Amino acid sequence: MNRKRIVIIGATSAIAEHCARLWVAESPVELILVGRDLAKMDLVASDLRVRSPMATVKCLQADFIDPVNIQALVDRIVKDGAVNIALIAHGSLPDQQQCQKNLHLCHDALTVNGVSPILFAEAFSGHMQIANAGTLAIIGSVAGDRGRKSNYVYGAAKGMVTRYVQGLQHRLAKTGVKVLLIKPGPTDTPMTAHLKQQGGRLANVGDVSRLIVKAISQERSVYYVPGKWALIMMIIRHLPGFVFNRTNI
Amino acid sequence: MVAVSSWGKLGSWEHQIVAPNDRNQVFQQLQSRQLGLAYGMGRSYGDACLNPNGMLWRTTGLDHFISFDDNSGRLVCEAGVLLRDIQHLTIPRGWILPVTPGTLLITVGGAIANDVHGKNHHILGSFGDHVQHITLLRTSGEVIECGPQLREEWFSATVGGVGLTGFILTAEIQLRRVSGSWLDTETIPYANLDEFFQLADSSETTWEHTVSWIDCIYSRGRGIFMRANPADTEQRLEPTGRKLTMSFVPPVSLVNNLTLRPFNAAYYNLKRRQAGKSIVHYEPFFYPLDNLLEWNRMYGPKGFYQYQSVVPRAGGQGAIQAMLREIARSGEGSFLAVLKTFGNRESLGMLSFPRPGVTLALDFPNKGARTEKLFKCLDDIVREAGGCIYLAKDARMPRSLFEAGYPKFAEFLLYRDSGISSAMSRRLMGN
Repeated sequence: MNRKRIVIIGATSAIAEHCARLWVAESPVELILVGRDLAKMDLVASDLRVRSPMATVKCLQADFIDPVNIQALVDRIVKDGAVNIALIAHGSLPDQQQCQKNLHLCHDALTVNGVSPILFAEAFSGHMQIANAGTLAIIGSVAGDRGRKSNYVYGAAKGMVTRYVQGLQHRLAKTGVKVLLIKPGPTDTPMTAHLKQQGGRLANVGDVSRLIVKAISQERSVYYVPGKWALIMMIIRHLPGFVFNRTNI
Repeated sequence: MVAVSSWGKLGSWEHQIVAPNDRNQVFQQLQSRQLGLAYGMGRSYGDACLNPNGMLWRTTGLDHFISFDDNSGRLVCEAGVLLRDIQHLTIPRGWILPVTPGTLLITVGGAIANDVHGKNHHILGSFGDHVQHITLLRTSGEVIECGPQLREEWFSATVGGVGLTGFILTAEIQLRRVSGSWLDTETIPYANLDEFFQLADSSETTWEHTVSWIDCIYSRGRGIFMRANPADTEQRLEPTGRKLTMSFVPPVSLVNNLTLRPFNAAYYNLKRRQAGKSIVHYEPFFYPLDNLLEWNRMYGPKGFYQYQSVVPRAGGQGAIQAMLREIARSGEGSFLAVLKTFGNRESLGMLSFPRPGVTLALDFPNKGARTEKLFKCLDDIVREAGGCIYLAKDARMPRSLFEAGYPKFAEFLLYRDSGISSAMSRRLMGN
């Protein structure tokens, strides 16, 4: 039997983990979880094994920063068999004010949210191009659509990912490789627990993940999840500067 | 700070929120100078799940299964797992949660902390009766492993302990064999309380699930009795699971003097015409409101109370009759009204609610002093009858009624965690 082989980078992030749950519920896939914290990944992996005893779940600890390690890790994964789907989902929401005061934090936020996902995508794209098959899904953010004072460092990193994906899509347009960028709006996860307001301003992580898993099986190149963010961000992108700069968002 | 309300939406209060999602790291996150409280789905109606101006530890990120044995039906999971996720995982594999309340949208931790009950109390007791093991993390850092035969005093303090004995990290639950998702049901109208008690008593040995809807407008106590047993039936088409959301808070309660009487009359007459036997899927039978998300908004911006009491069977019928008379006279109430007998068994939790007797649960739109005046009359009847009020539903009972209704409360206080406090504990236990 030909099992789907799925790699998730940043597998302990809430959105990635919920995607994994959906994938194992769908079919007995082979999942390769990649993350920094092995103990936490083990919790995620044993949960997935209970949910689907037929699925194979493997954990790999990884360095998210060093380009040599990233290349070696991806090479090792691909050596064991072709990857059908690679979901690049890691990131962390920095405190904007702290980033303004401390350039180390600013640098780390740009690296982990911008440079690191791009290096992973680049490593996978080479293998997928040779195989002429595979789906590369990268989680960006609506924050990357326009810089705003409340989180532009994170936004800049995610904006870099957006430009990168555009280029990669251009490069692989004539191949069998599919590249898609997913831009979640604010989602109710531990990363955003301190932002949670009453009244449903944050999307449910289960719903967001369902949309992502569905998007990955479809053909478009950019997905906003939930879909309403496509409209909201179109308006925000087009607001003239003299209006935008008076807003408090 | 984040504004949080409980299911009754009587108000919203500022809280600091911490959301652990790694059970190895929870202890570090409990460390703060503020007193905290575990918060799952916020389905407690009153103030049991609130800690205004303090800390809430949201448990819904701790939603990992740890192990499940298909042969023995033993499930081990983190406390933030929803009952819904357990049912969806295990029913296709032939196992079901033995006891569930009227919603599956609650966490395992919440089900233990409130020792919830279901329609089969007379056969299977309450949720805590099926918990085999709890790992409890105290804010001091001490980890207490307890169960029915292991440090039993900690177990019986924690089951029904409304979250005050520590942070429940994981639980082991014994599931029950099930052959499918279908139930043989029977619906029988009753015209008064005599008929209700006859039905309830005669169903006790032969029917696994019993419950009744009661029309709170009629003081004689007319209603619809429903009973069910697991069906030995072939696979049928599963329900679609289509969900509707109450997407706004109406400016006034949709349950009011204009709507209540016609709605209750229509419901009673419809059900009377539909009386008889049928085969029903377990979800609409047990959890009729789970497909109407955020239904608690229908009571408008002031929210609502649920008043759920239990009174012993000796004198119980008189007490229920007296409560119904008060409620009918006040013209308050809602169509969400349930009357049910509990089985003749004590619960294991020191503060567990289920006990031998008959329980009446009614929603009341919050009308301030008018509602409280009615509750005081009901309190007197409950106190007189030797009954008590369910902590998971309560937002206002006086301390004296709590102490009278929960005679083991003094013993319970010995097991409290000094780093934990809730609006309810401050109201009923002084801190």
